[in-house]
Amino acid sequence: MENAFLAAFRLIVEMDPVLVGIVTLSLQVSLTAVLLASAIALPLGAAIALWRFPGRGAVIVFLNALMGLPPVVAGLMVYLLLSRAGPLGEFGLLFTPTAMVIAQMVLILPIVAALSRQVIEELWEEYREQLQSLGVTRLRAIPTLLWDARFSLVTVVLAGFGRASAEVGAVLIVGGNISGVTRVMTTAIALETSMGNLALALGLGIILLLLVATVNGLAYVIGETARRRLG
Amino acid sequence: MKALLRNMILAPALLAAVVPVHAGDSGHITLASTTSTEASGLFGHIIPKFREATGIHVRVVAVGTGQAFEIGRRGDADIVLVHDTIGEEAFVEQGYAAERRDVMYNDFILVGPSPDPAGVAGAHSVRDAVRRIADGEHPFTSRGDDSGTHRAERGLWKDAGIEPAGHWYRELGSGMGATLNTAAAMDAYVYVDRATWIAFGNRQNLELLFEGDEAMFNQYGSLPLSTDRHPHLKHDKARKWHEWLLSDEGQEAIAGYALRGQQLFFPNAR
Repeated sequence: MENAFLAAFRLIVEMDPVLVGIVTLSLQVSLTAVLLASAIALPLGAAIALWRFPGRGAVIVFLNALMGLPPVVAGLMVYLLLSRAGPLGEFGLLFTPTAMVIAQMVLILPIVAALSRQVIEELWEEYREQLQSLGVTRLRAIPTLLWDARFSLVTVVLAGFGRASAEVGAVLIVGGNISGVTRVMTTAIALETSMGNLALALGLGIILLLLVATVNGLAYVIGETARRRLG
Repeated sequence: MKALLRNMILAPALLAAVVPVHAGDSGHITLASTTSTEASGLFGHIIPKFREATGIHVRVVAVGTGQAFEIGRRGDADIVLVHDTIGEEAFVEQGYAAERRDVMYNDFILVGPSPDPAGVAGAHSVRDAVRRIADGEHPFTSRGDDSGTHRAERGLWKDAGIEPAGHWYRELGSGMGATLNTAAAMDAYVYVDRATWIAFGNRQNLELLFEGDEAMFNQYGSLPLSTDRHPHLKHDKARKWHEWLLSDEGQEAIAGYALRGQQLFFPNAR
């Protein structure tokens, strides 16, 4: 255990260029995935919250169930899709960071959509009469609702980011854990474990935790500042 | 639905391509190979030398031999380097690879807990050794993942006329390193390639107990993929890698790789 903390400490102090590359790629992939997935999932969640349509219950149950999609399954689906023998093979995206972004989006999208649906639906109950008396259509109400729920939605997006940065199964399959190209924190940890370098593996794990904590901390500080400024 | 799916996947993919997550990638090939070659550090030693000679980057996807074949079959890598001669020959015969050439070898070894309850260290042959493990029903951890090492291990039991089964025979479905970690934790015997063993850092009670039988020979082969089946692949660059591996320069690079004072791979290009 103490060896792991020592390893983590040494890695941070030395700023090992390989590690810096791995950390940068991890953040790039997971942040890109969470931004793109949120851009789709937040309006989607809001739309499901506002409109009543046949099969709505089934859609909600399906989305909620997909929150538990095993990363390996998501990875395998994206692998088969992007493989040369697959429907999108001609783009040659397999074993690239782009493939990893896509796989993580598949994992994050249901989480952000399902949770934001919940948040927006509750807010809609509250605002509905007022907005409708002002003649605001549902479509027009979406941006208002998303904006007013933004503090809760930040937590929703962070839950998605947590899922993306923590998973290893999907990025391992679609990225291939190629040194210097698609190796991220979680796949590096898996590799060091398989080489029996347990202290180094745990040290990398500690750094990953610190990174995720930093991103969450930043989000918290920004949210609090904004909240205070708005009074 | 398919079109919708296509748009849902593609729109973000194109967006993601704009974000600079793409490493500069002119002049690279993708090599599907085994965990033993990657985890032992061999590629870290020879690939920079190849890059110096040709300017081509080699991206290694390290998986089990079974999965490496599957990646090659689907055309997701430009070339394959694995260790299962029978499987490799079948791969060529089925038309997936243009040819197969011997590149290098090392050997498998039997590793187990240091008190050696099965007495493997005193065995006359590897057949005798595995028979002792099976007779005493001593814990044995098997890769169980259709890798080259797993295929070789199954061949051992077959040669010894044993159908390994029961609580003592544990199929893990894991890579070599994970299998070694498990064997170390449960004081089990395990069949491992020498390169991974030398590079492995978590041995605990495990030690090398049996080595040197000819049946434990571990041959690696290079397989450039078929140009007919997969015209989209970077065949010219892959061919350069293939030929470099077989050249004097490549063979010397392989022989020059040592870890903890031991040579891990022995070139034998034919």
